[in-house]
Amino acid sequence: MNFSLFLTELWNARMNLLAGLGDTVLISVASVLLGTFLGVFVGLAMTYGNKPTRFGVRLYIDFLRGTPVFVLILACFYILSVVGLDLSAFQAGVLALTMFCSSHVGEIVRGALKAIPSGQTEAAKSIGLTFGQTFAYVLLPQALRQILPTWVNTATEIVKASTLLSIIGVVELLLATQQVISRTYLSLEFYLFVGFVYFILNFLIEQAGRAVERRISIP
Amino acid sequence: MSPILTITDLHKSFGDLEVLKGIDMTMQKGDVVSLIGSSGSGKTTLLRCVNLLEDFERGSIELDGEAIGYRHDGGERRRLSERHIARQRAMTGMAFQQFNLFPHMTAIRNVMLGLTKTKKMAKDEAYAIAEKWLERVGMIERRDHFPGPPPPRAIAMNPRIMLFDEVTSALDPELVKEVLAVVRDLADDGMTMLLVTHEMRFARDVSSKVVFMHHGRIHEEGPPEQIFGAPETDRLRGFLANSEM
Repeated sequence: MNFSLFLTELWNARMNLLAGLGDTVLISVASVLLGTFLGVFVGLAMTYGNKPTRFGVRLYIDFLRGTPVFVLILACFYILSVVGLDLSAFQAGVLALTMFCSSHVGEIVRGALKAIPSGQTEAAKSIGLTFGQTFAYVLLPQALRQILPTWVNTATEIVKASTLLSIIGVVELLLATQQVISRTYLSLEFYLFVGFVYFILNFLIEQAGRAVERRISIP
Repeated sequence: MSPILTITDLHKSFGDLEVLKGIDMTMQKGDVVSLIGSSGSGKTTLLRCVNLLEDFERGSIELDGEAIGYRHDGGERRRLSERHIARQRAMTGMAFQQFNLFPHMTAIRNVMLGLTKTKKMAKDEAYAIAEKWLERVGMIERRDHFPGPPPPRAIAMNPRIMLFDEVTSALDPELVKEVLAVVRDLADDGMTMLLVTHEMRFARDVSSKVVFMHHGRIHEEGPPEQIFGAPETDRLRGFLANSEM
């Protein structure tokens, strides 16, 4: 391992790597935010929807959770263009990760709402709260505490899954690194380096999640 | 004086099982009525119907002259809108057997929620009322704690009638005494109350009327001296013999 050579090459490639990192962060943040937004509705539909709605949403969840993310990404990129929906590789990738995220979040939200004892809803009703108020002030705050740890887990999964977008040509952190390697042949050094960067990213996410968890925990 | 609560021919089924088979009951303002009877006799279901936590198929419940839960539209019986029902629910206060306190809120916020959201009170007004009630039940020093003992969430809403569903059965003996003292205090204050209880001694002491239910019907009713002192039916005598006094 030639450490000083690696440092020189790392410095030379800094702009490309930073751009890749920026894309990784952008892909992850967009997918997690959109996926969570969608997932909350998926979870609500699973919990409070009528039978046909629940059946449809169940199908959506099971299909997405039973399909490798890799296949999902390829499908969004290649199949959608066949049916006339022309997405860029970046958009297709974010769409795939968003759907993947929403199925997970949907399941988490459903589980969290189900875990709240029915007495909570009854007590809220009994003091005259409407369904919307019951959800906003009684159910959601309790569900959020249940959701958070698993949700953070899902977020780190998305960060890791974002590497799969390299296969459809999105120059995120992994592909940017691979491009540097193909120029410098320092594969061991740069793969170790990029692995460490992913670790740092997810470590930060988990720490932030724990900090929030501590803040909102019920004593 | 017109009655505050009028229940007429109330029927309620869970699937094929008819739990209430025609209940008639009236309560005047200030009445304290205890519902007694063995498990499955329909006491709790009756209470839950009054709080509109259960739908009922036949009969009517009037609160202060207002039919609750349903309206009649040219001979057709229709459920009121969810919003209307929410408003009517707030007219009765329900204390649950398991309390169902909101665990993510402090004691005082538990009490304030209904005041600010249902009654649309300003925060400081709601805070003052909640404080007053916490003071009254001796919980003021637990104001900012997460709920342990049940804060007076329902009663602070100033309901027309308070419903108590076996509130003492999930408590340790020390708290039972405190809660019963609060109920008695409310009774002395003229609060109209309908309670389901297994505390026969308490029912005898605090009630203006005792109603013995059996298999979804009112089997025997009367003032406590009569129900506990001179029960008329064998069924009630049998029930009392098996209950702790």
